[in-house]
Amino acid sequence: MSPLLEWFTGPRTDKKKRKVSRFSYLALAIFAFLSIFPLYWLFVVASNSNAEISKIPPSLVPGPNFFKELKAVYAAVPLTNALVNTALIALVVAASQVFFCTMAGYAYAKLAFPGKRASLVVIIGTMMLPAQLGIVVLYIMMADFFHWINDFKAIVIPSMIGAFGVFWMRQIIDAQIPNELLEAAKIDGGTNFRIYRSVVVPIIAPSALVLGLFSFLGTWNDFLWPSLVLNSPKRFTIQVAVNQLNGTYTVDYALKMCGAFMATLPLLILFIFVGRRLVSGIMDGAVKG
Amino acid sequence: MSRTKRAVAPKNKGDRWGLAYVSPFFIIFGIFGLLPILFTVYVSFFHWDPLAGHNFIGLDNFRNLFTDPYFYRAVRNTFSIFLFSFLPQTILALLLANFLANPALRFKVFWRTILLVPWVTSILSVAIIFSELFGQNYGMVNVAMHYLGLSHIGIHNVNWVGQTIPSHIAIACMIIYRNLGYASLIYLSSMLSIPRDLYESASLDGASKWQQFRYVTIPQLKNTLTFMLIVGTIGGLQTFLEPLTYGGVQGGDSRQFSTLALYLYEQIIQNNKLGYAAAIGVAITLLTIVISGVNFLVTRKISGSDS
Repeated sequence: MSPLLEWFTGPRTDKKKRKVSRFSYLALAIFAFLSIFPLYWLFVVASNSNAEISKIPPSLVPGPNFFKELKAVYAAVPLTNALVNTALIALVVAASQVFFCTMAGYAYAKLAFPGKRASLVVIIGTMMLPAQLGIVVLYIMMADFFHWINDFKAIVIPSMIGAFGVFWMRQIIDAQIPNELLEAAKIDGGTNFRIYRSVVVPIIAPSALVLGLFSFLGTWNDFLWPSLVLNSPKRFTIQVAVNQLNGTYTVDYALKMCGAFMATLPLLILFIFVGRRLVSGIMDGAVKG
Repeated sequence: MSRTKRAVAPKNKGDRWGLAYVSPFFIIFGIFGLLPILFTVYVSFFHWDPLAGHNFIGLDNFRNLFTDPYFYRAVRNTFSIFLFSFLPQTILALLLANFLANPALRFKVFWRTILLVPWVTSILSVAIIFSELFGQNYGMVNVAMHYLGLSHIGIHNVNWVGQTIPSHIAIACMIIYRNLGYASLIYLSSMLSIPRDLYESASLDGASKWQQFRYVTIPQLKNTLTFMLIVGTIGGLQTFLEPLTYGGVQGGDSRQFSTLALYLYEQIIQNNKLGYAAAIGVAITLLTIVISGVNFLVTRKISGSDS
């Protein structure tokens, strides 16, 4: 075995000594099953009549009723509208988070400016505070000052940046971009923004993409804030729309589950393509030690 | 380290450029992030109705809060749900991470990825699914417990919504379901950075798998555990959408699972008491700070006495 390959795979004895017990595989398989089953069940209920689900034992396979339920969902809420609204909002938020957070993160990692240290402390401090703290005043601002109730601006503009995103990008740029590289680019005569664009951005692009995915998912799945500022059905995001199906006195599970399925399906499709990146993004961003 | 960085960063030119890069963030963060937080304390001194206007009432909101039985019930429920979710979640996540960290494990990427699937689904969808699963008469959980023979020991047809403790367990299950994979990956990431020779010397000393986990892995994860405890506390004190979906804005008929954040939401959406809502927000924040401080001190003391 060549030394390079050995460095990649680790010393051979390693694998022999540490075996994986069957119990590990069994436990992992059980938890993998538990991860998937509720989502499968979501589709089963969404595609069966309520009577079929209320049998003992209940039906465990998808039924023929999915499109009938979907029609009922459409009769109750403007679902396509909500999906399009949400996709647009989430895309804009993700793109601007990536754009502004990498820029600010770059400044915190590599540039000097007045108030740098103090403002970083404030950023970290706000990350420790509950999201509900500012929400009352933010709501008052949107209602009385900006008049953005029922306006997507109320959702998009406050989330164009994020304390977490800036902090994370700062860590990434600090770890991945050596100062020597920036010095060399400067000697080659690059202007500041050009260095940022053609040296920094390509290196951190994978992490920035993960930040974009986080923001997209977070915006897609957010409920509290959209439910406060959007109250005309035309403007609903998907979570607010699905919540409308969750009336207090109805127990129409098939209807609710069908709505929830439609809200989840796009994310599951997205996950097929980006799941691995999310995994490595979470593990890279994790605190070590 | 900071000294070398400062020497490299061009001081004079950097001032201008640095501000240019960071100013969009500063502006938006200042207006929509910082200002509302600071202003919330101000609003909490008012009777603030979005329709009828506002007037200054001093500390009355806080006085009412401290004598409000619904507030205390929300505090109790919040902590109960937090304990029911955080403790099992941590134990399970450590266990799963330990399995995933085995270098000989096959299909590593597959396991990691599939465990993360619940994390991309929305809290609302998870809450809807689990409300169905925990239904009293036909819910899968009661049916499964019946087939497992639990009715023989008196557990039969559990009312997972109406009863306090069962409802907390059901809500905790929603939280664990969504967060377990994420937590496992964080612990896994830390475990992979533990130097291998620590395990080698431990196994040479005859330490069993469990002893290695207990005396090598866990102490090495101290920082991560502290971090997860603080993040978990912050998240736990914000629990809101699961109980809302499970039993409406009051958190069940007798508020048996109303949480602090849900109580705040109720004040905005139903009672039009924005000042009172702001006071609850301040209370949640103070609780968060106190608990995080205690967590920090306790874990530092434990790690200090260990080493």
